[in-house]
Amino acid sequence: MNRREFLQVSSAASAGLIVGLSFPAHAHSAGALSDLGAFIQIAKDNTVTLWVSKSDMGQDVRTTLPMILAEELDADWANVRIQQAHFDPKFGRQGTGGSSSIRTLWTPLRQAGANARAMLVSAAAAKLGVDAATLTVERGVISAANGAKVTFGEVAEEASRIKLAADAKPKEPSQFKLIGKATKRLDNGDIVTGKAGYGIDVKVPGMLYASVARAPVFGAKVKRVDAAKAKAVSGVKDVVQIAAKGTDLPWNGVAVVATSTWAAMKGREALAIEWEEGEHASESEEALRKQFAEIVDHGKPVTTRGDVSVIANATKKVEAQYDVPFLAHAAMEPLNAVAHVKSDGTAVVWTGTQFPDWIARSSAELLGTKPEQVQVHVTMLGGGFGRRANPDFALEAVQLSKAVGAPVKVQWTREDDMQHDFYRPASLHRISAALDDEGNVTAWHHRIAAASIDAYLEPGTQTPHESETPGVHDMPYDVPNFRTDFAAASSGVPRGWWRSVEHSINGFVMNSFLDELAHAGGKDPIALRLELLPKGFVQKAEGERNPARLWPFKSDRLRAVIELARDRSGWGKPLAAGRALGFAAHHSFFSYAAQVAEVSLDASGHPKVHKIVCVIDCGVPINPDGIRAQIEGGIVYGLAAGLGQKITMEAGRVQQSNFHDFPLLALPDMPQIEVHIVPSAEAPTGTGEPGLPPTMAAVTNAMFRLNGKRVRSLPVG
Amino acid sequence: MSTKLIVNGKPAAIESEPDTPLLWVLRDELGLTGTKFGCGMGLCGACTVHVDGEPTRSCSVDVSSVANKKVLTIEGLSLNGTHPLQKAWAAENVPQCGYCQAGQIMSAAALLARKKGKLTDADIEDAMSGNLCRCGTYQRIRKAIHRAAGEA
Repeated sequence: MNRREFLQVSSAASAGLIVGLSFPAHAHSAGALSDLGAFIQIAKDNTVTLWVSKSDMGQDVRTTLPMILAEELDADWANVRIQQAHFDPKFGRQGTGGSSSIRTLWTPLRQAGANARAMLVSAAAAKLGVDAATLTVERGVISAANGAKVTFGEVAEEASRIKLAADAKPKEPSQFKLIGKATKRLDNGDIVTGKAGYGIDVKVPGMLYASVARAPVFGAKVKRVDAAKAKAVSGVKDVVQIAAKGTDLPWNGVAVVATSTWAAMKGREALAIEWEEGEHASESEEALRKQFAEIVDHGKPVTTRGDVSVIANATKKVEAQYDVPFLAHAAMEPLNAVAHVKSDGTAVVWTGTQFPDWIARSSAELLGTKPEQVQVHVTMLGGGFGRRANPDFALEAVQLSKAVGAPVKVQWTREDDMQHDFYRPASLHRISAALDDEGNVTAWHHRIAAASIDAYLEPGTQTPHESETPGVHDMPYDVPNFRTDFAAASSGVPRGWWRSVEHSINGFVMNSFLDELAHAGGKDPIALRLELLPKGFVQKAEGERNPARLWPFKSDRLRAVIELARDRSGWGKPLAAGRALGFAAHHSFFSYAAQVAEVSLDASGHPKVHKIVCVIDCGVPINPDGIRAQIEGGIVYGLAAGLGQKITMEAGRVQQSNFHDFPLLALPDMPQIEVHIVPSAEAPTGTGEPGLPPTMAAVTNAMFRLNGKRVRSLPVG
Repeated sequence: MSTKLIVNGKPAAIESEPDTPLLWVLRDELGLTGTKFGCGMGLCGACTVHVDGEPTRSCSVDVSSVANKKVLTIEGLSLNGTHPLQKAWAAENVPQCGYCQAGQIMSAAALLARKKGKLTDADIEDAMSGNLCRCGTYQRIRKAIHRAAGEA
């Protein structure tokens, strides 16, 4: 990244110093404020403001991103402010997902902060009549050796006219003061007083409320609507049909538009709709499992090394079959969006979204306008977990606002949210492996059949994508003969990105099967992993924009988290009667996690998880308490799924509807979670997802030690 | 046909239909949006408010059934977030997405009002088992309640 791409400065008299940052793929030419990328502002009142271009769904980027900036600036944390960036191409890529916010903004934010600091120092040197090299900066104050001081605000305007000859050098990690310090979230005050603004809280003048009856079977069309009773409900203004739009909005619907949420919901209950159910009306759990079994041996190879046919003649063969269900995201805030389509064709959307740019693009397609004509305001997100990536809920609001000529809020119910999700894929894994006489793993053939995300978004595609098998095809252990085959099942059930995506499945399957192999070969499961893991291996990756090139897999980092989890958990030491430990480790989203679960069984054989020790290596730990929170969250999300959640279909309909049949973990079920963060100078990577993949295998591996029964199907019991 | 309530200490004349759940009256009519919608069936606790001091799932009571009663929402719990629980929540850095936390705090506040002094883990589990958090902040919620009970 060169300086021209990076540093864009604007001097607006009242604005103080404004510095933009941009990204190689989205380079803008330097120039006016309107051309700037995601920017920071240092105002005359000494406040430092960062426009946060990522959505906050609980991962607290609204604190961690400004920490990076404040560190390089040596700003006073008490003067740091945040503004949520609305959709605007100048902010670069605004999508939030894949645990990518920290890893992609780390370098640009540090460089922008370092450059802004250099400009402020240079302006201060001129003002104080001293050499810039003699100045020191602490908490937003620039001091000279002779005791003279100026604040950032006092030189912000002059700084905006400074031209740097070259990029300033960011700090060495040993110089960090704020990074690495547990920092409370900036939004705590608003959250605990009920003032934090989520999508559901948006109210604009003249706004109407809508509740939508969506096709009960995916792909179904409205045959006939009798809206008479709905229109008779007090407060109901209109009944409007909503048209599906490919995989962006996969369901047709009938909306009741009213003067309040409750009137809209009552009106919706009074609708009589006849649906033309279409081709997916026969889908069922049983049919899907049958299809998986039929296709699993006929997949196409994703990766092959050596020759897995040696398994047939092996001394010892281990075979197992694992299956996992569809899962709903079930964020606490049911989906919602407010849209106002104006008479000139422009539109404004307010919603808690992970991808405001996707909403703008897809809304523009609906309206026959350009994405720039759709303003998208990003609110706080009451959970996202991948569900708020898709634009469907906003597209409903856009259609309704256009139809009724007023701003409309679409409010989903919990049942809507659970029955019209983009579900975590269901899949079947059939694995066979070979062991030699000493229990060494010599071959591993891994076959997967899945209702995958790629096969949903690109139906008919015949090529298995590596994106469908992460954590399997690239598994880190050195097995000489290894092959992954993938077969895509056909299903109309929408699939999407659920916290840790395929890793949520593959972390469970790989770690469970490794435990089986250790048992079959008479080895300790941790010792087996350490034997199989190559030493000093660094993955080579090609391609300028391939993240694996920038954050290559390093086997020694995985080894270190495995060893630390072993040492911190008391692995191998005596436990209270009736308890056992289980182990799992998984590399995902460029971070490394290992977990040990301490489990007992109740009289019916159901597990009680007492404690989970997690070791995480996510590179430079920016906000340790935020990292701990994310790991706690990932573990709880994984536990809730593995212990009790599934989404099943019958007659093309989702059978679950609310928290009574899709249970979340509650406070009494909460294990003690102990998080150890590996000190590191490696470039930082995310923690929103990597804590989840090992969790369920750690639990079920402990269960096996207690009762000798292998859990190969989730949820447990 | 208005329903009279006392909301956060002030009288309110409610124009919504009598069968409207208290939750939607608070949110849509009174603009008190700190109380959240989560499930509509009293299963998650996001909508918890106090009615005459009792923790109540506002999604599951019609406004007419609480006529003339005192309703306390998160907005009325304290001036400027100074309730011991609100301070403890910030000190333990409890929130992630934050959406369920008003309901969590209102349930915990009813517990603290009912039982003075030190709390046991069992007290907390009994009072809080109906408040769900999808982000998994329970370990911190437990700590924050203990902290607030120690200071209250």
